[in-house]
Amino acid sequence: MVHRFAGVGAVREGLDGVQYLADEGIAGVVYLADRLAKPVLVEGPAGTGKTQLAKSVAEMCGARLIRLQCYEGIDEAKALYEWNYKKQLLRIQAESHTWDEVSDDIFSEEFLLTRPLLEAIRATDPVVLLVDEVDRVEVETEALLLEILSDYQVSIPELGTVEATQIPLVFLTSNNTRELSEALKRRCLYLYIDYPDLDREREIVLTKVPDISQSLADEVTRIVRSVRQLELKKSPSVSETLDWARTLVLLGVEHVDAETAAETVHTLLKYRSDIEKALKEFSTGDARSSGLPR
Amino acid sequence: MARSRGPAVTAQTAPAGAADSPLLGLLGGFITELRRAGLPVSLTEHLDAMEAVGHVPLDDREAFKFALAATLVKHHAHWQAFETVFEVYFSLRGAEYEPSGDAWADDVDPSEVLDPRPEGKGGGEPLSDEDLARLLFAALLRGDQAQLRAVGWRAVQRYAGMEPGRPVGGTYYLYRTLRNLGLEDLLERLLDTVRDEAGRPLTPLEERLERDEMESRIDQLRQEVEAEIRRRLVADRGTEAMARTLRKPLPEDVEFMHATREEMEALRKAIDPLTRKLAARLSRRRRHTRRGVLDFRRTIRQSLSYGGVPAEPRFRYKRPSKPEIMVIADISGSVAAFARFTLHLVYAISSHFSKVRSFVFIDGLDEVTNLFETSDDITEAVHRVNTSADVVWVDGHSDYGHALGVFWERYGASVGPKTTVMVLGDARNNYHASGSWVMRELHRKARRVFWLNPEPRSYWDTGDSIMGEYSTHCDGTFEVRTLRHLERFVEKTF
Repeated sequence: MVHRFAGVGAVREGLDGVQYLADEGIAGVVYLADRLAKPVLVEGPAGTGKTQLAKSVAEMCGARLIRLQCYEGIDEAKALYEWNYKKQLLRIQAESHTWDEVSDDIFSEEFLLTRPLLEAIRATDPVVLLVDEVDRVEVETEALLLEILSDYQVSIPELGTVEATQIPLVFLTSNNTRELSEALKRRCLYLYIDYPDLDREREIVLTKVPDISQSLADEVTRIVRSVRQLELKKSPSVSETLDWARTLVLLGVEHVDAETAAETVHTLLKYRSDIEKALKEFSTGDARSSGLPR
Repeated sequence: MARSRGPAVTAQTAPAGAADSPLLGLLGGFITELRRAGLPVSLTEHLDAMEAVGHVPLDDREAFKFALAATLVKHHAHWQAFETVFEVYFSLRGAEYEPSGDAWADDVDPSEVLDPRPEGKGGGEPLSDEDLARLLFAALLRGDQAQLRAVGWRAVQRYAGMEPGRPVGGTYYLYRTLRNLGLEDLLERLLDTVRDEAGRPLTPLEERLERDEMESRIDQLRQEVEAEIRRRLVADRGTEAMARTLRKPLPEDVEFMHATREEMEALRKAIDPLTRKLAARLSRRRRHTRRGVLDFRRTIRQSLSYGGVPAEPRFRYKRPSKPEIMVIADISGSVAAFARFTLHLVYAISSHFSKVRSFVFIDGLDEVTNLFETSDDITEAVHRVNTSADVVWVDGHSDYGHALGVFWERYGASVGPKTTVMVLGDARNNYHASGSWVMRELHRKARRVFWLNPEPRSYWDTGDSIMGEYSTHCDGTFEVRTLRHLERFVEKTF
């Protein structure tokens, strides 16, 4: 089997090329996913670039991205395949063949509607499969995924087993609203994407926000780091950092002081109590006396 | 992040594929230790890990670590445990730690590592304490990672007073080293320097940012020192013994009553994802058990429009039971943490209850419901419970009898057939009157009465614990020592 990537470094550079700044861990896991032919389960706080990772990997490999957005109540017909019922009816009515002929005929490829999972398996061009927010499906439905994830095949009772012509890269993302089953986790490589550290976040801001000055990017990321240390309902995510940085650039701000921060902080924090808390923390000189965890 | 080159991972150079490779043996021991630490590592995952390390260059320690993590750790809360074990098993043989070979003597001069020295003194002569302090200060001020590591290494060698075979824990050495480095006033001194350099008074915002930055650097130093101590201890005592001493319970297995400060921190971080998960699970269950039994009367009524054929069956939908919750929590010293976490959890899933009222007591009792209702930040409210509730009556030792009596007198009337009463406490009554008649009355009036006790079941009814007397009047008593127990209780009961 041909490997997609030469090494961890190559993955990292490739991702850099499509403006996704991966750290050592992310690049390492993507590389291993290719080598071991295993799916990757990506977890982490919202807005740290879990979905973006799959998109960027697809872009990097020049592959087609097939996305299955999970939701509660998703079933086989939406995830795997479905028989084209109307077309089957038409076929039966159109010609007066014998029953045997028809019954064989209407369960053939022609009448099969492929859904994302089957499509990814049958694709002949390079594809990346993204199963988004897999924690939203019920535990029972999760089992649907198992066959695909471990053997890269789909069993259709009327047709037989469809095996993958090539092994696609598979990413599953989860927001951790429930514990995924052991069976699913066992089949995957696990990647936790946390908030990036200071240097990486600054790099991200510099790459994604054009026209931002080095010093402003530095200030923005340092403030965000301090904000994340507070106990908030919702810590600012990377995408919110970017939004804030863009806002500041649009307003023509060169240097963030307490007033500018207060005026624009609603792009960073989305709860009133969080905003109040942050403003209180950063406007009083001696913030140390408050109940901060150390 | 530390990244070692050279013969980093192990001294062995055998290819990972060889069946009798020492690396595989080491990996086996590593995984056994992970299991002992509580991580559920399956056989498939073990095999995956072995295959994975075959694909990464063994001299790249970071890549090796992430290969192991991706295949073995499938839960973010387990990361810390993994990291500790990893550090013990795969850290000591790195080329960059070579000098630790003769580290027990104090006369090694690492001046080539400590370069550049501000005074420009020649290498060779040993550093004085002041020199070291100055170096540390400069390294922190500049945020120079390599130098921080060098200073950490040097400080451990000089101050920790480590001797082979000495039966002391790592924390002792850590404490000694850090005390000698004088970290307490270091932060203020660093900030003063920053202020001087700025040449003007800093705004509160800038001040805050500088402080956070410096604190993170000092934290880094602390980690370097800790890592160095651990390396030396491993070299002294051997991998397995060390792994055993360092083994820590996972956050969900930490006991409320015996948690250290760091463990409390981990618990607090763990409770938010836990409540989110519980809430999702509870509401999911609500939705799925919606369909009830056939409603015969309405089916017949409906059938009239089809000429008496019951074409559309009607069902009696179950109304989701939304109990009214009353939490009565003992917040005296020993069980305070337990009460805090439980209150936090109950309020975080309060949308599943029609009403939540909470009372806290030591020997007096006070209602704290309004603290939670006026603030939309649970953490903040829980924090305020400790400061603003009026719970001391005589001497501030738990008196369940009196507290329950007050509860009955003031709020007993509002307990009704929809109420679920939860009492939180260890039932250690300091030999006061038990007041168990209140429990009997509550049991009679309320829908359900539960008692959650943070002590192990085997301790109940020992000493001044009168759990047995109360439990006869409860619908259920639960041993809730850890977050895992708490989660199980909530899931089973609601």
